[in-house]
Amino acid sequence: MPVLCSSCSEKRAVLKRPKTGHSLCKACFFWAFEEEVHQTIVAAKLFRSGETVGIAASGGKDSTVLAHVMKLLNERHGYGLELMLISVDEGITGYRDDSLETVKRNQQQYELPLKIVSYEELYGWTMDAIVKQVGLKNNCTFCGVFRRQALDRGAIMLKVDKICTGHNADDVAETVLMNILRGDIARLRRCTAISTASEGDGVVPRCKPLKYAYEKEIVLYAYFKKLDYFSTECIYSPNAYRGYARTFLKDLESIRPSSIMDIIHSGENLSVREGVKMPVQGTCSRCGYISSQALCKSCVLLEGLNRGLPKLGIGKHHRLHGKILSQQPLTEHEQRKLKSVDF
Amino acid sequence: MAAPVAVHLEFGGGAELLFDGVKEHHVTLPSQSEPWDMKQLLVWIQRNLLKERPELFVQGDTVRPGILVLINDADWELMGELDYQLLDQDNIVFISTLHGG
Repeated sequence: MPVLCSSCSEKRAVLKRPKTGHSLCKACFFWAFEEEVHQTIVAAKLFRSGETVGIAASGGKDSTVLAHVMKLLNERHGYGLELMLISVDEGITGYRDDSLETVKRNQQQYELPLKIVSYEELYGWTMDAIVKQVGLKNNCTFCGVFRRQALDRGAIMLKVDKICTGHNADDVAETVLMNILRGDIARLRRCTAISTASEGDGVVPRCKPLKYAYEKEIVLYAYFKKLDYFSTECIYSPNAYRGYARTFLKDLESIRPSSIMDIIHSGENLSVREGVKMPVQGTCSRCGYISSQALCKSCVLLEGLNRGLPKLGIGKHHRLHGKILSQQPLTEHEQRKLKSVDF
Repeated sequence: MAAPVAVHLEFGGGAELLFDGVKEHHVTLPSQSEPWDMKQLLVWIQRNLLKERPELFVQGDTVRPGILVLINDADWELMGELDYQLLDQDNIVFISTLHGG
């Protein structure tokens, strides 16, 4: 007995939406998905007509759907945006080189200009080389920090006004959970924001148009629309902390699908008690990027890599930043603490 | 005695890596007295097709959370999930969502 679409009541339903519980046919699902992203963009006033927007593209499911939907909505609703693709090559053999091929295909399919920035040219280090030095436990810290800055650099090279990323509802909910588990109140307050403020040189404001789109719907949208995307787990990520939050979130979703939206909602409505000490935004004394410390995380991590002290930047060694900046030598005890790496 | 059931299985989104990278499988389930249902299919897949890491595909009786199942191009949640009884020539797709985007 086929279930009929709850929206048009004519065609056979093909999916049950986790967000609403409604059963929709293909056409109604496409429409609902696309128009909800449109509503997200309009309600949060993410873009202004005439802006150049860089779509952070990795060749994965989220960024492929993002590129497709942004192009579609830009045309359907006349946003007046100039769209481009920005891709980051972290230098992960067997993973990133394959997904970049997908981005190049996307570029042709969507007829958008593409810029690829690589860790090699920006930092002199590929992820392959970093993992050799750092091991498999904290490597994701390096990649995430470097990628954030790499996207900004790519955006500046392309002269875009804004960046948009394919972060979906599941990602945001996982981040909320991670920040609660780590007790990171500063990040917890910021992580549900749909767009970042545009302060600081070298920083391009960025937003998440897919913030309220469930990962399940993104995958089904891509599947039914036969969109071309690359789907493999990064080979260096098996120990990433996010994996635990993801497993937990998936279990929650299977019991109560609205959990994902509920967690985001809770994250958005958190308020911090007065008097709680928060980091103050400044600039890095070395490269000028935004930073809440004397040295930005990127510079600290890079310094650690270049001096063979892989643990610099992992854990809290802020007192050592001053020493590093002034090129003072570190004591043997300090060196030993920073050298030890667990594999 | 029910006739043997021929089903067409597809694995995507990275799930195919657990099956030697082969995305499409045409299988014929042996005839048995009871009709085949999804629950039994999962057990059959685990025993006969799954090459490695079963915990990445099944969890308990059902698929690991994060793996989407489509029966004849429709969400299995609309078809009764594990209780759906397979028909000859059914098309079952397993798509993993558990990877970067």
